[in-house]
Amino acid sequence: MKILVTVKRVPDPEQKVKFKGTSVDVSAANWVINAFDEYAIEAALRLNENAATGEKLGETIALSIGPKDVSQQLRSALAMGADRAILVGGADEELDSFAVARIVKAVVEREKPDLLLMGKLATDGEASQVPQLCAALLDWPQATFAAQITANAEGLEVKREVDTGIEVKQVKLPAVVSVDLRIISPTAVVNGKTPATHAYQEGPRYASLKGIMAAKKKEIKEISLADLGVKAAPVTKLVSAEPPAGRKAGVKVKDVAELVSKLKNEAKVL
Amino acid sequence: MSNVLIVCETTPEGALRKASLPAVTFGKQTAEKAGGKLILLVLGSGVGAAAAEAQKLAPKTIVIEHDGLKNAIAETYAPIIVRVAKENDVSVIGATATAFGKDILPRAAALLEAGMVSDVIGVVGPKTFRRPMLAGNALCVVEGLTPVVVASVRQTEFPAAEAGAPGELSKGDAGALDGKGASFVRAETTKSARPDLAEARVVVSGGRGMKEGKNFGVLETLTDLLGGAMGASRAATDAGMVPSDLQVGQTGKVVAPELYIAVAISGAIQHLAGMKGSKTIVAINKDGEAPIFQVADYGLVGTWESTIPALIEEVKKLKAAQS
Repeated sequence: MKILVTVKRVPDPEQKVKFKGTSVDVSAANWVINAFDEYAIEAALRLNENAATGEKLGETIALSIGPKDVSQQLRSALAMGADRAILVGGADEELDSFAVARIVKAVVEREKPDLLLMGKLATDGEASQVPQLCAALLDWPQATFAAQITANAEGLEVKREVDTGIEVKQVKLPAVVSVDLRIISPTAVVNGKTPATHAYQEGPRYASLKGIMAAKKKEIKEISLADLGVKAAPVTKLVSAEPPAGRKAGVKVKDVAELVSKLKNEAKVL
Repeated sequence: MSNVLIVCETTPEGALRKASLPAVTFGKQTAEKAGGKLILLVLGSGVGAAAAEAQKLAPKTIVIEHDGLKNAIAETYAPIIVRVAKENDVSVIGATATAFGKDILPRAAALLEAGMVSDVIGVVGPKTFRRPMLAGNALCVVEGLTPVVVASVRQTEFPAAEAGAPGELSKGDAGALDGKGASFVRAETTKSARPDLAEARVVVSGGRGMKEGKNFGVLETLTDLLGGAMGASRAATDAGMVPSDLQVGQTGKVVAPELYIAVAISGAIQHLAGMKGSKTIVAINKDGEAPIFQVADYGLVGTWESTIPALIEEVKKLKAAQS
């Protein structure tokens, strides 16, 4: 199937968050692909390949929105195995979730994929809105927080992470699916072509040297917001951002007995 | 245009889900700021009990029942929420940020072209809310700019609403339902012997220093003794020691138990982001300089081999004395 997978760059979660006045300062950020988007790329590649024969079953297109530098993250997606990429120009901090959804919708209307596959949230904004917004704007069905995806004759059967366990939802294609952590477990994606006995390595795949070389030749098409004809007026405004009150370091205990005594008598948690 | 509509969640048995009660409190606070009325919406099939409970929580409750609403799917629920909001002069729509709320609310927001604020932890103004970002490393104030604003509410940040004198209860019409090609198949309730990581009272996590998967056995013993859930750092899950769904951190699960025990975890920022909301944090690490000690209430410098078996014995003694 033809899959459009979205890739957002985010400040490296391993880096300390810096502030400038009442806003987050990302000027020194080390940018990485949002982890859940990396999971979405992995899921897209698993859906679109026969892991036993290496046969390709469809096209995987990576989409990002942001300044030109984002081509680095798109290049990584291409090195993992995506076929081509689209970069819509824009300053990421100026676009709220709704604006992003409008842009994604415009690209979907151009590309007409069978599936829009996305991370369940971005680790910077953590809004967890864009997939659902896109589904509604496109008038498509949605399956959010996917832990498992099985392709079948009617579309996709998606096992969704919900509070009480798993909810199984069937969606016809085209559809929007957002992925959760467990989608990268070894047998989480079933496409009917890869043998049922095949177990992937846990986690998103690393780019091979061959993949990295091939990615250099793959296309990253740049489109401007004006070309797409999207007016992205904000619907929310970030008024301020500040660091939370820090957690104070506690005490070191000398041994296990002292630890248990403190937990029982001081913290009262045992 | 200043009423507040809170969408309530129901249990499979048709009762009100307790998770909705903090959203009702959020709704009360927001309605006061906006000078409007709090309205609760109960959707489903056979949800009379939930409606009766909701009625005691707000001046007005609307219940809409239909066989096709038995299972909550965003495709059918969102348009009804939108219609009810339009018919009732609503300026803010909210629900608790459970899987239900997180799935359905943005879909409703898109249909209304409304701005949405996720994971609200405080009410600042009628359409201005406080929320965390970057895994709790930044606290933000966000203002919704549209006539109607949608908000999902972090359950742990608002007290549960309490029952009072019953308000008005009215029945609404479901209208024509269109699943848009989506259908509910079934629910699989997890029957794990251990509590869910996100809801456990105690979480015991292991990190890279556990060296290999089989060494997590000793942590499992401790976890079960404490009635807790197992977790792991990303370093441990990436190394394939344990499945990735145990990952605690910004890229895994965010937990806030009463007691969090980090064993052989150095404390990378992204891991700290996933657990520093815990009430009491214990760190056990052989490196006394490890960053994990900066957030730990109690730190013990030592290897897991030399401390965990002893800890198990001490906890066993304590449990025996308590029973």
